[in-house]
Amino acid sequence: MAQRTLACTACHGDQGRAGPDGYYPRIAGKPAGYLYNQLLNFRDGRRHYNPMTGLLDPLNTAYLKEIAQYFSALDLPYPAPLTYTTSPAVLQRGETLATQGDISRSIPACTQCHGEALTGVEPVVPGLLGLPRDYLNAQLGSWIAGQRRAHSPDCMARVTKKMTAEDVTAVSSWLASRPLPGNTRPARARSTVSTETNAIQCGSAP
Amino acid sequence: MRQCAITALPSVVKKFSLVLVAVFLALMVATAAIVWGMDAIDERQAASAQVPSETEANVIERGAYLARVGNCMACHTSRGGSPYAGGRGIETPFGTVFSSNLTPDNTTGLGQWNTNDFWRALHHGRARDGRLLYPAFPYTSYSQITRVDSDALFAFLGRLPAVEQPNKTHTLRWPYGTQTALRAWRALYFKPAAFQTEVSQSGQWNRGAYLVRGPGHCTACHTARNAWGGSDMAHEFSGGLMPVQDWYAPSLTSPQEAGVATWSVPEIVQLLATGQSARGATSGPMSEVVLHSTQYWSPQDLEATAVFLKTLPGTDQQPRGKSTAPSSPAQGASIEAAGKGAPLYEKHCAQCHGKSGEGVPNAYPALAGNRAITLPVTANLIQIVLNGGFLPATLGNPRPFGMPPFALILSDQDLANVLTYIRTSWNNEASPISELDVNRFREKTVQSGR
Repeated sequence: MAQRTLACTACHGDQGRAGPDGYYPRIAGKPAGYLYNQLLNFRDGRRHYNPMTGLLDPLNTAYLKEIAQYFSALDLPYPAPLTYTTSPAVLQRGETLATQGDISRSIPACTQCHGEALTGVEPVVPGLLGLPRDYLNAQLGSWIAGQRRAHSPDCMARVTKKMTAEDVTAVSSWLASRPLPGNTRPARARSTVSTETNAIQCGSAP
Repeated sequence: MRQCAITALPSVVKKFSLVLVAVFLALMVATAAIVWGMDAIDERQAASAQVPSETEANVIERGAYLARVGNCMACHTSRGGSPYAGGRGIETPFGTVFSSNLTPDNTTGLGQWNTNDFWRALHHGRARDGRLLYPAFPYTSYSQITRVDSDALFAFLGRLPAVEQPNKTHTLRWPYGTQTALRAWRALYFKPAAFQTEVSQSGQWNRGAYLVRGPGHCTACHTARNAWGGSDMAHEFSGGLMPVQDWYAPSLTSPQEAGVATWSVPEIVQLLATGQSARGATSGPMSEVVLHSTQYWSPQDLEATAVFLKTLPGTDQQPRGKSTAPSSPAQGASIEAAGKGAPLYEKHCAQCHGKSGEGVPNAYPALAGNRAITLPVTANLIQIVLNGGFLPATLGNPRPFGMPPFALILSDQDLANVLTYIRTSWNNEASPISELDVNRFREKTVQSGR
């Protein structure tokens, strides 16, 4: 399968460990459902990057699913996070938003859906650690601008529209500065859904 | 400015000019009347037809098959949109044409249409309300579809779930969007014509000819279009550069391009059914044709198509755009470029395509003796290397190998050198590729946002 997917790893790095410039994220070890949804999003015009769409156009859903499962199953070590010069106040604000949210503005904590350890939740919620700040900023920015979308109802679109530019910088900076925990795998799907989580409707995670 | 000049002219000249203008206008009106008249004749509607003994279920099933053969869904579905509900923008040199909603919705689709209306659209290129349709809808080919097949297609479309989705307005530049322009275009390039059976040929050959010239509308891409978008039918299937997309649909008649006269019927069938064969593989828009259409054609229809394609008259003529043999200085430069390309080939390409461009059967196409490599029009080759790609995932080749994009890995100059090396090695004899050639396509790649 590694040989069949050289078209993916040319940009996303050896074994999908991420490309060199920050814009091609790590795909290794992300939940299979998340990766599959992203492939469909690129193919069906909910995410926009022509070279990606061009690669997917001749493929069918069965093969896209197999590609997603292949990269999801790769359990590879993460590099240490890059160091950024960010003020402690900004990092503090980022940590608060990520771990507690902002109840006054109805912004949920990242940990509410992306797992207590922020390594994602099976089968469709991605981890947020081990990603460069540029990538996180670009994704949150595209969600605010409506350039990145997910299956409707689009929960991330609703959350990001409540965020200011300062919120985005703070939360991206904090997430990008965090080292991975010992267990980097996504958390198992929760059998009992808290009422808080229940309040957010996600088309990608029905 | 021009007006000032005219007022300054002596009055005799002015009068003469006015007469000229009047004559010109009269001629225009007369031409328009003739063109309109030509278009209006011969639209008597053939009676609705049905193959005797065919049940309604059979008709719908045949219609579904024909819709696959014609790949109607590909154009009549927007990215991520409801199937057959239209809205996909087809970019042309004259602006963008948006496909229409073919679902049986009463207000936005074909809900109010009957079989006669549908036949008129396919055969005459006219909408239900009489408007002339834009030839981005390939009625120049669909005109050959039989009435029986037209009715079956319509029966199938009528059974689709109705989707309420209003048609988008085309954004064509003046005057191309006007009915007058369409009338003129049709007078020059379109005449409704039923499929003509060649009595000297077999039934199988005729079936193939019907599929290729009619519902399969292969001509739409594989025949060159002139500056006005008219197909040059004197050189049918002699290859054409698809405008805007910039993919070259190679000649189906030339042995140097995609002519299949020397292929066996099973090889042609395999290519159309799976996207690959021992003699070559598909790429670009043709991969999508295989993915959505030809892989679903019945074995009998693919065989008939192969039998027909094999008999297309061969041409050895230099196709449009073919660069002439390089002169001595250019040849020197070409040898130098190929020299620089050789180590790049070793490093980036040989792992899959082999040290001597021999490829790996069923995985990586051979580059030695590959006609896609030596095509005189280099658009496809450059785009494949810049953007990478997969062969279509088909029933016969469900897990294709992917070619990595090299846009981020190699500079324009490096790409030009390695492509020149490939085009001039292992008995490949083709013109060199320049840095400028590559750069033109890289701009297109970069323009697409992340």
